[in-house]
Amino acid sequence: MTTFFQAVLDGFAQGSIYALLALGFVMIYKATLVISFAQPALMVCGGLFAHHASRVWDIPFWPSLAIAVLCGAVLGMVVERLALRPMVGKPVFTLAIITIGVDIALRVLANRYMGADPRGVTYPNGGRRYEFLGLSISHQRLGLIAVTIVTVIALALFFRYAKTGLAMRATALSQETALAQGIRVGTMFALAWAIAGGLAAIAGTFVAATGAGIEQNTWIIALKALPAIIIGGLDSIPGAVVGGILVGLIESLTAVFQPDVAPWLGNNFALVAPYALMFLILLVKPYGLFGTKEVERV
Amino acid sequence: MLEVKNLEVVYNDVILVLRGVSLTVPDGSIVALLGANGAGKTTLLRALSGLLDIHDGEITKGEIHLAGTPIHHADAPKIVEAGLGQVLEGRRVFGEFTVEENLRVGGHTRKGGLNEAIEEVYELFPVLKERRKNTAGYLSGGEQQMLAMGRALVAQPKILLLDEPSLGLAPRIVAQIKDIIAQINERGTTVLLVEQNATMALSIADHGYVMEHGKIVMDKPAAELLEDEDIRDFYLGRGEAATSYRNIKHYKRRKRWLS
Repeated sequence: MTTFFQAVLDGFAQGSIYALLALGFVMIYKATLVISFAQPALMVCGGLFAHHASRVWDIPFWPSLAIAVLCGAVLGMVVERLALRPMVGKPVFTLAIITIGVDIALRVLANRYMGADPRGVTYPNGGRRYEFLGLSISHQRLGLIAVTIVTVIALALFFRYAKTGLAMRATALSQETALAQGIRVGTMFALAWAIAGGLAAIAGTFVAATGAGIEQNTWIIALKALPAIIIGGLDSIPGAVVGGILVGLIESLTAVFQPDVAPWLGNNFALVAPYALMFLILLVKPYGLFGTKEVERV
Repeated sequence: MLEVKNLEVVYNDVILVLRGVSLTVPDGSIVALLGANGAGKTTLLRALSGLLDIHDGEITKGEIHLAGTPIHHADAPKIVEAGLGQVLEGRRVFGEFTVEENLRVGGHTRKGGLNEAIEEVYELFPVLKERRKNTAGYLSGGEQQMLAMGRALVAQPKILLLDEPSLGLAPRIVAQIKDIIAQINERGTTVLLVEQNATMALSIADHGYVMEHGKIVMDKPAAELLEDEDIRDFYLGRGEAATSYRNIKHYKRRKRWLS
């Protein structure tokens, strides 16, 4: 039983990373209807910003995180302004392909910076673990879960009550109608990318702080956010969170139990498990768990 | 006062849609703009509110002045801030928002609190207050039209452009909308009303313009337009006295305007 709860706890922490990344995807998708494949690069860059602040400038962890979020947000805005704004009005498919190009370009730059060594971020009380009821969790992962919860609540409040949040949702629903209300649509796009960049930077910072740090192929982690958003529903903020956590859980539970319970599935089935779950959920709910169909009067 | 001088609009760099349109909407009045489908009415409104851009349209000639300020080069948010509000054709409420959220988006350009402005809208449309927490997409057509108008009013515009507010509504609701437009006007908002329902539009308007093929072909006080032979024939219908078209040769059916 303890093994089970330990797996759940680990999965929850790992899922928080996916949830943050998935939120970034959803943010951009809702505002511009583009699926941004630049998220992995934004995560890696965010992690490297934090690394630079923490290890090169010797800044403590939390201010480093803030710097990473800020730089990530600016990077997101720059990407939007340079690569996507000139293409406004072109098919979203074209835009999605452009984001792949952006992703590759940014990763090349990031790889050039980091070279062969993994890059970490110094975390206060890094090695300490908390033990309770036979479960154990590292200080970093606890911080990650807390930061994710705070971020998700802040975003939810922002979209529900803030004028700008409401304007962003309005832009997502209809650009022309939003314009007619005096909303600056371009600014809203830039803001969506800024938020996505900031969220990716949080994820990247914690990836760098836990485990082995950021390496040349760490970006693959971010691809797990894809089944997460499809499970949750492409356009749903709660869906992104639930999807991210679910992917984390299923991965961690399969990793722990599948070798004993279903050895015939072979080694490393945990890597495939999120996609299997995505497949099952799509069979039952084609719009994802929380994805909205259009509100329509009949 | 809204003044349009010799406006020319081109779509996709090649399609000339408005060819030298001029019109004046004096402060405090209701001006009706009539015309068949494809005459260019909606294009004119888009030009006024700065929405041509996203339809790949462009003002190639002419000027638009709102209270003396030129607005033909301003973008949509600037124009809304200058005091021009538009209710788009087909209502276009934010279907997934609640009624109140829709109204709050309408006040996006206003600084400070919106509660007062929203309260005023509720006064004008009591039904919206009852449904303030409802999803806008599930309101009836008439209620959605009221919501779209209310949303534009939250910004407290000096002049309100209404694009076919009677579209797809039952006659009784149309009468209700008509009364509300008159009420909005009484409260001091100038109205430019684009309509297919000419009888309704002319019954509350002070002045009327008729558009065809991207030109203004006639402009008269509303009362005179209501009496005009051609207008009655082409826009109002004459009941018993109507000409039977069966006996008229096909080429005669289309009115050619002398202009």
